[in-house]
Amino acid sequence: MKILVVDDERDIQQLFEQRFRKEIKNGEFEFVFTFSAPEAIQYLNRIQHEVVLILSDINMPGMSGFELLSEIKKKFKTPPPIVMMITAYGDDEKHRQAIELGADDFLTKPLDFHILKTKLKSLE
Amino acid sequence: MAIEKDMPLKSILFFFTFLIISGCGQSEQQMPLSQNTTEFSSSSGWLSWWAVLAYFLIFAGLLRLWVRVRSRRLLIENARLEQKLNERTEALSTALDSLRQAQSQLIQAEKMASLGELTAGIAHEIQNPLNFVNNFSEINTELIGDINKCLEEGNISEARNLLKDIELNMGKITFHGKRADTIVKGMLLHSRASSGQKTPTVLNDLADEYLRLSYHGLRAKDKSFNARFVMDFDEKTGDLMLVQQDIGRVFLNLFNNAFYAVTEKKKRMPEGYEPTVTVTTKRKKDSVEIRIRDNGQGIPKKVIAKIYQPFFTTKPAGQGTGLGLSLSYDIVTKDHGGKIDVITKENEFTEFIVELPVLPAE
Repeated sequence: MKILVVDDERDIQQLFEQRFRKEIKNGEFEFVFTFSAPEAIQYLNRIQHEVVLILSDINMPGMSGFELLSEIKKKFKTPPPIVMMITAYGDDEKHRQAIELGADDFLTKPLDFHILKTKLKSLE
Repeated sequence: MAIEKDMPLKSILFFFTFLIISGCGQSEQQMPLSQNTTEFSSSSGWLSWWAVLAYFLIFAGLLRLWVRVRSRRLLIENARLEQKLNERTEALSTALDSLRQAQSQLIQAEKMASLGELTAGIAHEIQNPLNFVNNFSEINTELIGDINKCLEEGNISEARNLLKDIELNMGKITFHGKRADTIVKGMLLHSRASSGQKTPTVLNDLADEYLRLSYHGLRAKDKSFNARFVMDFDEKTGDLMLVQQDIGRVFLNLFNNAFYAVTEKKKRMPEGYEPTVTVTTKRKKDSVEIRIRDNGQGIPKKVIAKIYQPFFTTKPAGQGTGLGLSLSYDIVTKDHGGKIDVITKENEFTEFIVELPVLPAE
């Protein structure tokens, strides 16, 4: 499963690669990292059909995660990738906004990778 | 009132003047009748010299009495006026104390409002490094378990690879732990009353920190808020002697105003407009210049002269105390001997220019 991770924090790449070490090694998951929403859109424009799931931070400089979500839902419909929003806030309002914009799920920082792994495995 | 009060006196004076003149006239008329005698005729006893003297004494007594009454009245009036004056002075003093108290409360409210914005931004800022500290720590715990397995299996090279990963992760834990520490210290500095003590400060770092705090604070407050910010810092700015939390407060105020201006413009021009705030620093001969420029709605000409006045604000009621720029002006000019200036064009941009002196090396 190809997963696109969008977050302006660059250390997120090392974190995911460490946390999913075994899954990456056995080919269960493949992670691609972009560090801004425009970068993510550029990547999706190139090879959207391969990406199954997008994990995106909400608060990023410039284009926010919610704007990226709206753009994805508008432009990439066949098939639409699953979008999970990740944020540092975790309040009901952000959750509601994410769901209203079409997000498939919502996670809060600090990320609980056990929960994330369970969710990702359920999508396989 | 004066005329009425003086009427009795005038009447008395007129009466006695008449008597004296009449008495003198009568005395003169009587003289031819009896030039060799000094006695007066008994038929004009009421005008005789002793009578006149008596009248004079009575007059003098009445005059004295009148003067005493007037004096007493004046004293009473004086006392009444003095009491009135004291009451008014006390009322004014109380009003002044209330105004001072209200002013301090507003200043504190301004501080708490900016602290509230900082808190929201800080909550976001802290959860990011916490995410890395928690997760890299858990990863390392798992890796230690994996290393033990490798050692049991005799797979030394794999164990060494895993140790390298542990080392890298520890570096991240330390980095993000210090990042969280800096954020908390920054928040504590802001919430404390200014010590007034200047300390050597890397201005670029201070500007960077407060720009991010302002940005995230506003994001926390307004979910629709979004803007681009650009930092262009001169590496040669060096250390300046600053009261950090005060200059931080100045930065926070200027950044908040800049983001507000671009947000308001975005509401009016949603298409094709990219809200941008640019912060630049530049080392000059004896000072460092910081420019905070936004491509927002600008400041109208009729308002520009008032922007540093305490309690002046162009924001809707409840959205600002109007003390931000006033406080910032005092901090920069009075406390740091610097300058603050603004150039603006309505509907196009506003740029605040803060210049802080570089103290000569001792």
